[in-house]
Amino acid sequence: MTLRARSGRPVEEITVERVVAGELSGEDLRVHPDTLRAQAEVAAAHGNPQLAANLRRAAEMTALTDERLLAIYEALRPGRSSRAELEAIVAELEDKGARMTARMVREAIDGGAERGLLSDR
Amino acid sequence: MTDERAARSGRFAALDRRPVNQDGLAHEDPGLGLVALRSPDDPDPSLVIGADGRVAEMDGTPRERFDMLDRMIADHGLDLAVAPEAMALADGELARRIVDPGYPREEVARLVGGITPAKLAAVVRLLRPVEMQMAIGKMRVRRTPSIQAHVTNRLDDPLLIAADAATAVAFGFRELETTVPVLEDAPSNAVALLIGSQVAAPGALTQCSVEEAMELELGMRGLTTYAETVSLYGTEQVFVDGDDTPWSKAFLCSAYASRGLKMRVTSGGGAEVLMGAAEGRSMLYLESRCVALARAIGAQGVQNGGIDGASVVGAVPDGMRELLAENLMVMLRDLESCSGNDTQVSESDIRRTAHTVPLLLAGSDFLFSGFGSVTRYDNMFGPSNFNGDDLDDYLVLQRDWGVDGGLRPAAEADVLAVRERAARAVRAVYRRLGLADYDEAHVQAVVEAHGSKEVPLEDPLAVLRAASAVQRSGVTALEVVAALAEEGFAEEAERVLAMIRERLKGDYLQTAAIFDEEMRVLSKVTDPNDYAGPGTGYEPDRRRRREIASVRQELSVREVRAEQELAAATLTLVEGPPAEVGSDPREVAIGLSPAAGRGIWTTLSGISVRDALREIEAGLEEEGCEARLIRVRSTVDLGLVGLTAARLAGSGIAIGLQGKGTALIHRRDLVPLANLELYSVAPLIDREMYRTLGINAGRHAKGVVTVPAKNPYTEEAITARYHTRALALVAIERERSEPAVPIELTRAVR
Repeated sequence: MTLRARSGRPVEEITVERVVAGELSGEDLRVHPDTLRAQAEVAAAHGNPQLAANLRRAAEMTALTDERLLAIYEALRPGRSSRAELEAIVAELEDKGARMTARMVREAIDGGAERGLLSDR
Repeated sequence: MTDERAARSGRFAALDRRPVNQDGLAHEDPGLGLVALRSPDDPDPSLVIGADGRVAEMDGTPRERFDMLDRMIADHGLDLAVAPEAMALADGELARRIVDPGYPREEVARLVGGITPAKLAAVVRLLRPVEMQMAIGKMRVRRTPSIQAHVTNRLDDPLLIAADAATAVAFGFRELETTVPVLEDAPSNAVALLIGSQVAAPGALTQCSVEEAMELELGMRGLTTYAETVSLYGTEQVFVDGDDTPWSKAFLCSAYASRGLKMRVTSGGGAEVLMGAAEGRSMLYLESRCVALARAIGAQGVQNGGIDGASVVGAVPDGMRELLAENLMVMLRDLESCSGNDTQVSESDIRRTAHTVPLLLAGSDFLFSGFGSVTRYDNMFGPSNFNGDDLDDYLVLQRDWGVDGGLRPAAEADVLAVRERAARAVRAVYRRLGLADYDEAHVQAVVEAHGSKEVPLEDPLAVLRAASAVQRSGVTALEVVAALAEEGFAEEAERVLAMIRERLKGDYLQTAAIFDEEMRVLSKVTDPNDYAGPGTGYEPDRRRRREIASVRQELSVREVRAEQELAAATLTLVEGPPAEVGSDPREVAIGLSPAAGRGIWTTLSGISVRDALREIEAGLEEEGCEARLIRVRSTVDLGLVGLTAARLAGSGIAIGLQGKGTALIHRRDLVPLANLELYSVAPLIDREMYRTLGINAGRHAKGVVTVPAKNPYTEEAITARYHTRALALVAIERERSEPAVPIELTRAVR
């Protein structure tokens, strides 16, 4: 299997010549979700299902822009978001096929509500 | 009036002045969490799995009273298939399996996957320090040990950051961590570190430790290649004070991986005490929670055991033991250990060394989570337990014990060369990208500087402007690569781009991954620890052993001989006929050893053999005696040299002199080892003493009472300082000795 950047460009094509010629973009610097899923398999085979789950969530999160990634992280911090705001994020993630990540945010809603860390407590 | 001053012991007054007494040591206080291994409020281990297959109770707490940490650990951190078997094992039995080299590492990791934080703390608490070392040797994840450096400076000077990064890599560091005294400077530091890290060799990982969101952003743009400042804490209160929840941290973990970036989390005992919210729990138990949490959220590794709170841990009984246990718990959870030592835990050199050495001997994925590769005042994390000025100490410690501490000696010329290359590369990139313009004098100052105090600060706002330009124009690794290539730094451009290519491959997301200098990934997958008892596991190969041994201070007999030859012109002795017994009662012989003035011309004190002879002769002359030079060729033993000469002297008295400067007075009727006076500590003999030796020998010849000279005394580690040179000089004496009769010597007229 040819390893590719998220842009679809084969990794071997990431060369200094192409960089200098201005042929590469930010998408060429980003890992492909399939690569992360393959690494998740390796982690699971080496006895670390939690690392595997992390890498699978990461594969899902390749669909998010840098800005969205930072914004969702910020939203998950203590006292930043109401239940409704986090539920909107869950919907957004499910919409992008990020099911495992959505489930993690759902847990954050439950846990946060229980411990009084949502902004609408 | 009586003197009411309390009596003071000079001994205690001296002890009071010792550095260790600057350290604050604390009474145990479990209520504050000021207790290392065991608090009365630590829960007893328990695990109940409910009918729904979920954890219903963990470590004495029912699910309905779980805090966020319990919840994350119980729902994601434990292997519930293994838990019943593992939790049922007696603590002592599990502890034995952890230490026993015959019990497989993977089997231990499997069992530990099923135990709760309180259980892991209870098991580790049973291990003595040496047993922990055994366990670390077996349980650390990566076979090959490695080490991380701090690379920072007071000015955030980018050229200096790059030069110091290149220096660190030349010494063997494989991860470099920077941070900033001024947060807004971070993007500039990240760029400079990235470039500098790839100058001396490819593949060192770099990070910029700043606020979580900023750190992630720098990583996404390719300006860093891993992350570590993702802090976990052992109580919910401190976790929230740290402005995160377990879920936000789990999200952050995956966020890094989603951009192909390696990351680990940071925890470490003492943090909760410092924040005043330890809930009365021991440091070991709270750290066990952190480590379980790290595993639960899917982090591949943990930095702990000697981080910011290390000195608090060190203040209580068993503190150093607790710090080592923190590293071990990470390894037992089958995670990468980045093993602390990154805070100076004591003012005492003895105490801080004692903190580091047990781990150094056992080996870790990263022996330091920041050896301060720069000088202390430039370490913006605060001084590490070992710092730039301790590099030679560390290299010699590796060599002493024959262990791989991850570093290697680097030659001064090589270090200067990579510093210059790194400084020039950053200067060129900054100029091309319009970030800053440093002049030639700045480059020169950076190359030669010991630290930032020797680097001019031309414009206090230059770094800030450069950093905000990086932010404004959205500089990514691509612009850095292009600028390097266009400015003629083709190799560095290729290496920085290679780091980008690696994040597309993802192999370095596996546990405990580093790149070696051939860009091979060494990780749990590719380089698993295979220790299973003596003769197994990691051992430095021949090349690496030689590298560890070859410190720049090493001396060989060849080098000492060459050094002696440099002074050969100072004295030429002409050999005469075999020496006969003299008859003049005023004649005192000076017996020279086989190589004195013939292979050895400089004594250990630095005085030339010529000058030593001159002083001795002058002393004899003061007493009205005649000096007669005799070469004793058949022995290197100074007693025999002196005695042989004494038997040939008209007075029956002789001085024996070795090339290294040791001297004595002998008399013809004594046994070899019973001399009249001995000046045995050659490095301390000065000219005056050689003269006294001559005077005393003259007095002995005349039968006048003499006061024997006292051997000088020193507190120096005199044998450590001089034995290598002394034994080389003895080897030269041995080479020059031959079974031949003593001969007359005369000094060549020059």
